[in-house]
Amino acid sequence: MIRYSLKKLALLAITFLGLSIVAFSLIRMVPGDPVLMMLGERGASPESYAEMKATLGLDQPYIKQFGLFIWHAVHGDLGNSIVSNQSVVREFFDRFPATLELSVVALLFAMMVGLPLGIIAAIKRNTFFDYAFMGVSLVGYSMPIFWWGLILILVASVNVFDLPFFGWTPVSGRISPMFEIDSVTGFLFIDVWFSKDSWAAFWDALKHVLLPAIAMGTIPLAVIARMTRSSLLEVLGEDYIRTAKAKGLSTRRVIMVHALRNAMIPIVTVIGLSFGMVIKGAILTETIFSWPGIGRWLVNSVTSLDYPVIQGGVLLIGMAIVVVNLIVDLAYLWIDPKLRDAHDRSK
Amino acid sequence: MIDQNELNAQMPTGFQDFWHSFRQNKGALIGTWIILIFILIAMLASLLAPHDPTKIFEGKYLVPPFWQDGSSSEFILGTDDLGRDLLSRLIYGARISVGVGFLVTVFSLIAGTLIGLLAGYRGGRTDTIIMRVMDILMALPSILLAIVVVAILGTGLFNAVVAVSIIKIPSFVRLVRASVIVEKQKDYVVASKTFGASGFRQAFINIFPNILAPLIVQSTLAFSDGILDIAALGFLGLGAQPPLPEWGTMLVSAKNFFQSASYIVTLPGVCILIVVLGFNLLGDGLRDALDPRLKK
Repeated sequence: MIRYSLKKLALLAITFLGLSIVAFSLIRMVPGDPVLMMLGERGASPESYAEMKATLGLDQPYIKQFGLFIWHAVHGDLGNSIVSNQSVVREFFDRFPATLELSVVALLFAMMVGLPLGIIAAIKRNTFFDYAFMGVSLVGYSMPIFWWGLILILVASVNVFDLPFFGWTPVSGRISPMFEIDSVTGFLFIDVWFSKDSWAAFWDALKHVLLPAIAMGTIPLAVIARMTRSSLLEVLGEDYIRTAKAKGLSTRRVIMVHALRNAMIPIVTVIGLSFGMVIKGAILTETIFSWPGIGRWLVNSVTSLDYPVIQGGVLLIGMAIVVVNLIVDLAYLWIDPKLRDAHDRSK
Repeated sequence: MIDQNELNAQMPTGFQDFWHSFRQNKGALIGTWIILIFILIAMLASLLAPHDPTKIFEGKYLVPPFWQDGSSSEFILGTDDLGRDLLSRLIYGARISVGVGFLVTVFSLIAGTLIGLLAGYRGGRTDTIIMRVMDILMALPSILLAIVVVAILGTGLFNAVVAVSIIKIPSFVRLVRASVIVEKQKDYVVASKTFGASGFRQAFINIFPNILAPLIVQSTLAFSDGILDIAALGFLGLGAQPPLPEWGTMLVSAKNFFQSASYIVTLPGVCILIVVLGFNLLGDGLRDALDPRLKK
């Protein structure tokens, strides 16, 4: 188990190196001169040009530049944003909690709806429920979420159909400006408890996160539901399930205790892999709902050609996803003792 | 003794076998119909569209569609904020979406297959290097990578197609490589090798036809993904630029009017959803019909 983890960590280092090469090459593939871009058209006298070039280290050979980039990166320095002149790492970590919070709520929503849908569809195989749920899942899977977000706003917030109980979800942002929340952890659902009027603020934040989380969670929901169904169906055909049934155990116990535990492995994989999907969703969802996270930050940085931000952002997001995938890998070993034994024996 | 030819005549051919299981899948048939209809609309766009998709009708701004009051028989689905006929824009949008989906699929299929054949057939260090690069590309969310490529190439529909094609390559590479590694050890390849077949012949003439089934499934999924990603880039302002009637791009300007004229937001999205759903239905059906493991 420990050796397996170490091996995975080594792979992590290789991926980090690879991502760095991608991020490093990126800024050098851009047409145009980064030095001129940083100085602006007017401030480019030959002296200031040479000085800036030296400050950025661009007068060095590529291999040395790359070495410096890695050296700085492992020391937590990815340069400064051209637009705000703030440290890229700082800007990232200022916004990351907002995205992470949204992602977690979105994934919770996806699991809370997707798992039951998949389980019911598997138990009631080839019935109306099965077809209906899987049909809904496939529609969810095909959903253009940037459009889905707009439709959610239209139906739930603007309430175009004048439905009862609708129209109270806010259209954008994380929390109403009337609440003054000090950023302690960056996670609003934690920070509200450090402010006065905690419950009202918590409720307000919850209202804000609802629609973006549904928009972002829809595709993972569909994937989880489909995976749960097929994985559970496979397990339900096994002999030990028949034995459990023959022992006279209730259907509920057979499904919940015997079948689900074994069906969980592919489901956990899918949930872990959904994190990449969720980040993809974040880029689109945050743009629609003006959510102050890394997705919107990156899109803005592309529009304003803020290359250090794009470069650093790609590296940091890539690493975040790789780390989550690693955690998923280790979670397997915890869920599946068979796998754990196999690893211990082979190493 | 049973005559081998007689036995062969009784066995269903690969295609018959495939068609038998595909035909029973209602979803796959619905998906096929959806795709055929959209391809037809795309091809006949200039005949079907009542107006020029970029023509601005002065004074006819935000004319509502036929099911709302104040509609006009000239504009069945109404007009957008600039006075352009929405139906015509949607019809020409089908041409763009089906076109970009096709280009993305073809580009990534060709590049991915070549790289995958190389990695799988050569093995060794070539394989390791290629697969590490693919792993890194796959570590990044596709839309993020596409945004980065667009940042390098600049905005525009063609650049968006290139960007999305690049991000679709790794899934083809992995698929082809995995299949090649399995096929490589089979007797027919080994036999061919003893007869001195070249690497080129092995890869393209012997192995490639035998890995077509998973490639077809993957291509259908790449098609729907491609349409979605191009629309998403258009929506972010990084793909097709106005006045091109690309469905995702159409949503950008529509966004500002969606409280007063919800149909200009609803309809392009419904089109994207239906086409993507069609390809996903087809992809599901093809996978069930082509994957021998799923057969009962």
